[in-house]
Amino acid sequence: MKRSLGAILFFVVAVAAWEAACRARLWSPVLVPSPDSVAQYLWASLLDGTLLSAAAVTMKRLLLGYAFGIALGLPLGLLTARFKLLNDTLGLIALGLQTLPSVCWVPLALLWFGQTESAMFFVVVMGTLWSVIIATDNGVRNVPPIFSRAARTMGSKGLHTWLHVMLPASLPFVVSGMKQGWAFAWRSLMAAEIYVTILSGFGLGHLLHYGRELNAMEQVIAIMLVIIGIGLLADKVLFSPWERYLHRRWGTARN
Amino acid sequence: MTLQSELRNETPSKLSVRNVSKRFRSGARVTQALGDVSLDVGEGEFVCLVGPSGCGKSTLLNIIAGFEEADSGTVLTDGQPITGPGRDRMVMFQEPALFPWLDVLDNVLFGLKLKPGLTPAERLEVARFYLQLVGLEKFAKAYIHELSGGMKQRVTLARALAPNPRVLLMDEPFAALDALSREQLYGDLQRIWAERRKTIVFVTHNVREAACLGDRVLLFSPNPGRIREQFTVDLPRPRDINSVSLATHATEIMRALKSHDATAAQEVAE
Repeated sequence: MKRSLGAILFFVVAVAAWEAACRARLWSPVLVPSPDSVAQYLWASLLDGTLLSAAAVTMKRLLLGYAFGIALGLPLGLLTARFKLLNDTLGLIALGLQTLPSVCWVPLALLWFGQTESAMFFVVVMGTLWSVIIATDNGVRNVPPIFSRAARTMGSKGLHTWLHVMLPASLPFVVSGMKQGWAFAWRSLMAAEIYVTILSGFGLGHLLHYGRELNAMEQVIAIMLVIIGIGLLADKVLFSPWERYLHRRWGTARN
Repeated sequence: MTLQSELRNETPSKLSVRNVSKRFRSGARVTQALGDVSLDVGEGEFVCLVGPSGCGKSTLLNIIAGFEEADSGTVLTDGQPITGPGRDRMVMFQEPALFPWLDVLDNVLFGLKLKPGLTPAERLEVARFYLQLVGLEKFAKAYIHELSGGMKQRVTLARALAPNPRVLLMDEPFAALDALSREQLYGDLQRIWAERRKTIVFVTHNVREAACLGDRVLLFSPNPGRIREQFTVDLPRPRDINSVSLATHATEIMRALKSHDATAAQEVAE
């Protein structure tokens, strides 16, 4: 309670200082808008629906591509860990492509799919997939061999061992891979949305882009804040419960 | 299958190891881990394999467990050759190998869920029975990392016993524990062995531990791994690791172990 009170106090003071600096005309309002004008933009765009619809478009793209990337990456990671040939081929490709900043997929996606939802989907999948493959593969390789031996004496084999021993045992790695995949997907989607206009839906990236075109700094700042907010929320809602679960089970929590 | 029949003691198996050899190759070096080892373990007998590290005792255990294949020779349980790991022969390792994503009860249930013919309620009852046997029924819902080393090995023991195996293979299961937990487990293991009648093959490098637990102690020597000598320990049970009569037996075994070591060193020198 005391901690959250301190945090709230910090942000109140920070925003008040920002507002005071703007009122004192320390900077040009064109370059640094006041918190008041940012809030006004947020409120107006919330009321007329542009903000929510843009957020919905972006989240839909992100979640679809992300879910698909995980659904594809998890089994592929298990396979590269299991089969030498796949590790030497697909594993190497994954390693190489993971080093490629996922924004670099945008030009290729545009040429392949045009300015369509498919292009966005492709970019997000590429952002997610390789990290998930590598993390899963790495996770399985770090499973103590004694786990599968113990499972074998109890009559577990084949698919059962993979689903009930190898996969849960590699969860700590898989979750951090999923988190990294999320970060890559999120960044590349934002870049793609700023970079190209997709007529089937205007996302947050587009609003950010138009903010620049219209020289509307309060819009730019407001949308940036929304994007940060979504990132924080994803971390708290999607990953924190998993990480808490892992810490509790594996006994790696600090307290 | 009913709960009663599941909890009934299985007849322990008779193990026969016939002329088993095993070689390991690492690069150009070939190690004869086991050279023509034969041994019989009677039904419900507790046999300890003792020897310096690298004498092949763990290799033999892994072959009996079905993790590794012998280059030549066979291992029979009740006359049937071993083809791989099986729940009639459960293994306990030096590290607990408990699954951290499952709680204590679910760890014990893991093997039971793979055993056909039991309803979920029966499985639960069997698991609780064995947790009680090792004195951990209060910790059914605890996470693995919350347990001490000794408690972890108790859970491992419960997990190994739960599918009602006929043979228990133990590879230095108490080596990593502190002295106090170890002494408690010596008592527990002897009590459980008397109650549940299992054939036990127990690998250790601790001579005193072997004398405390085993009906028979087999002394291994390396290069190639083979059985050099065997000792019958006919002290009454339960045995106390600190008793004088036990120490006498242990000293005798230790003396033999040292003399073999000296001979081996001499052989290498020549």
